[in-house]
Amino acid sequence: MRRFLLRRVAAVPATLLGVSLMVFLATDVLPGDVARTVLGREASAESVAALRHELGLDQPVYLRYLHWLADFGTGSWGTSYTLHVPVRDLVLDRLGQSLMLASLAFVLLVPVALALGVLAGLGEDTPVDWVISGVSLALGATPEFVTGVVLLVVFSVELGWLPASAQTSPGDGPLVILSHLVLPATCLVLLCTGYVARHVRASTVLVVASPYVRAARLRGVSGAQLVRRHVLRNATVPATSALGVQLQFLLGGLLVVELLFNYPGIGALLLASATAKDLPTLQATAMVLGVLYLAVVLLADIAYRLLDPRVRLDGEG
Amino acid sequence: MAVATHAPRRPGPVLVGSAAVVAAWVVCAAFWPHLVPYDPDLQAPADRFLPPGPDHWLGADHYGRDVLSRLVAGARPVLVVAPLAALVSVAAGTALGLLAGAVRGWFDGLVMRLLDAVVVFPVIIAAVLFIALLGRSAPVLVLVIAAAFVPLVTRSVRAATLVEREKPYVEAARLRGEPLWSLVVRELLPNVRGTVLVEATTRLGDAIFAAATLSFLGLGQPPGSPDWGSSVADNRLWLQLAPWTVLAPALAIGSLVVAVALLTDRLRRQLGRS
Repeated sequence: MRRFLLRRVAAVPATLLGVSLMVFLATDVLPGDVARTVLGREASAESVAALRHELGLDQPVYLRYLHWLADFGTGSWGTSYTLHVPVRDLVLDRLGQSLMLASLAFVLLVPVALALGVLAGLGEDTPVDWVISGVSLALGATPEFVTGVVLLVVFSVELGWLPASAQTSPGDGPLVILSHLVLPATCLVLLCTGYVARHVRASTVLVVASPYVRAARLRGVSGAQLVRRHVLRNATVPATSALGVQLQFLLGGLLVVELLFNYPGIGALLLASATAKDLPTLQATAMVLGVLYLAVVLLADIAYRLLDPRVRLDGEG
Repeated sequence: MAVATHAPRRPGPVLVGSAAVVAAWVVCAAFWPHLVPYDPDLQAPADRFLPPGPDHWLGADHYGRDVLSRLVAGARPVLVVAPLAALVSVAAGTALGLLAGAVRGWFDGLVMRLLDAVVVFPVIIAAVLFIALLGRSAPVLVLVIAAAFVPLVTRSVRAATLVEREKPYVEAARLRGEPLWSLVVRELLPNVRGTVLVEATTRLGDAIFAAATLSFLGLGQPPGSPDWGSSVADNRLWLQLAPWTVLAPALAIGSLVVAVALLTDRLRRQLGRS
């Protein structure tokens, strides 16, 4: 276990360096003269040159990369070209917003997926199973903006029950905030539930057929107790890895859902800064998202490994 | 436990329906100029936000363009990009996986380490960066999606190759002195074709998902394209006023991905049983 942990954690800095290099190179080669963009078409050549110098754009690439990396590591992430606010406050604020949305989705996802998966697995090859399996297959294949649009049209446009935008005002109470988050969180849940539920179903089917469940049945254990004590516990472990995979999907799904619902999260910020060529914001956002992504992958692997010591993961002899 | 005995299944209504939906969209993608009632780019200011009715079966959008015509024409971008991306990723992944599995040694190690690095990479961030850098166009879209899928295909094919290479027929071929290319192409490839087929269909579904999503994010087709993902993104500003302009392309994507998923699922189960 220790060796596994060490190897996994040791790989993180290398991957981070790779991410940083990609982020820097991609943003560095982004077409368009940043100084010209900032100052506008009317600016004189001298003031453009002065700003280029001030931004360090006249230095060689590797120097700029090292400078940038050092600055990022020490927390000075610069000022947004377009919003004219410190990038660190902006990105961390948006990150908080996204984490709030993602946590809500995750909290909803786990019980729903477990319940559906166990239900389908217990009734293998019955209509209940067909319906749950079919619907979760269909939902897992459907992009979240498609389900989102349908939800929006039904609950926001036609019924008028829920707001179409996830954007809240500063003074809103928790209930109002929650009502704004319900639709985007549901989108994320619908996307991820199918995959997790299918894993839970598969392991439930195996567990139900196993000798110890049959033995428990013969001892007279039945109903809720059989499910809780024997099936649920053993069926959830393999599902942990599915949850880990879905956490990564959740991060990608944030981009889509935040755009669709006008939610001021970090995914929307990534897209907006890429479109506006707001380089400091784009770099910091991509780096923060990269770190978050790596952390999620690592945590999911470790959790899986802790729950089932029999598992041998890649990179472990 | 009773041994499951499956009678040979006739294609059920779900299978037939899914195949019909996919076929219908493929026909739209191939022949849309002959099928559309209006030019999909024709702007008719008088028809702005016209609800579905006899003249415009699915209504008109904010330029007065016919939603049905744009829907039919919009099948083409995604049905060109997604199969190409799936094809490229499966071809590259199969070649890499077969070679890595057959040669082993340092080559295998190198390929697997590289792919590990790509797998832990946040693909969506890379996609945003690369497309922002290279501009939005169909070839860029195909390459970005294919690059994201290559590691997944390679892993599956390599795993299948590792099982096959231990079998007697491979040893016999080795002892006969078959060269590497012949071993890979004539002995191993035909025997991992099931895996390759499953990968191809899975990646097709994933590629449709990815292409639609990237288009929705504004990273796919050039602006103004009738592409479904772009249409949803463009029309969502008028969601309250003209929900049909958003709902139609969204449901089109939904019908295609669900039909492909159901077909793929059935195929996987068929291959798994035989």
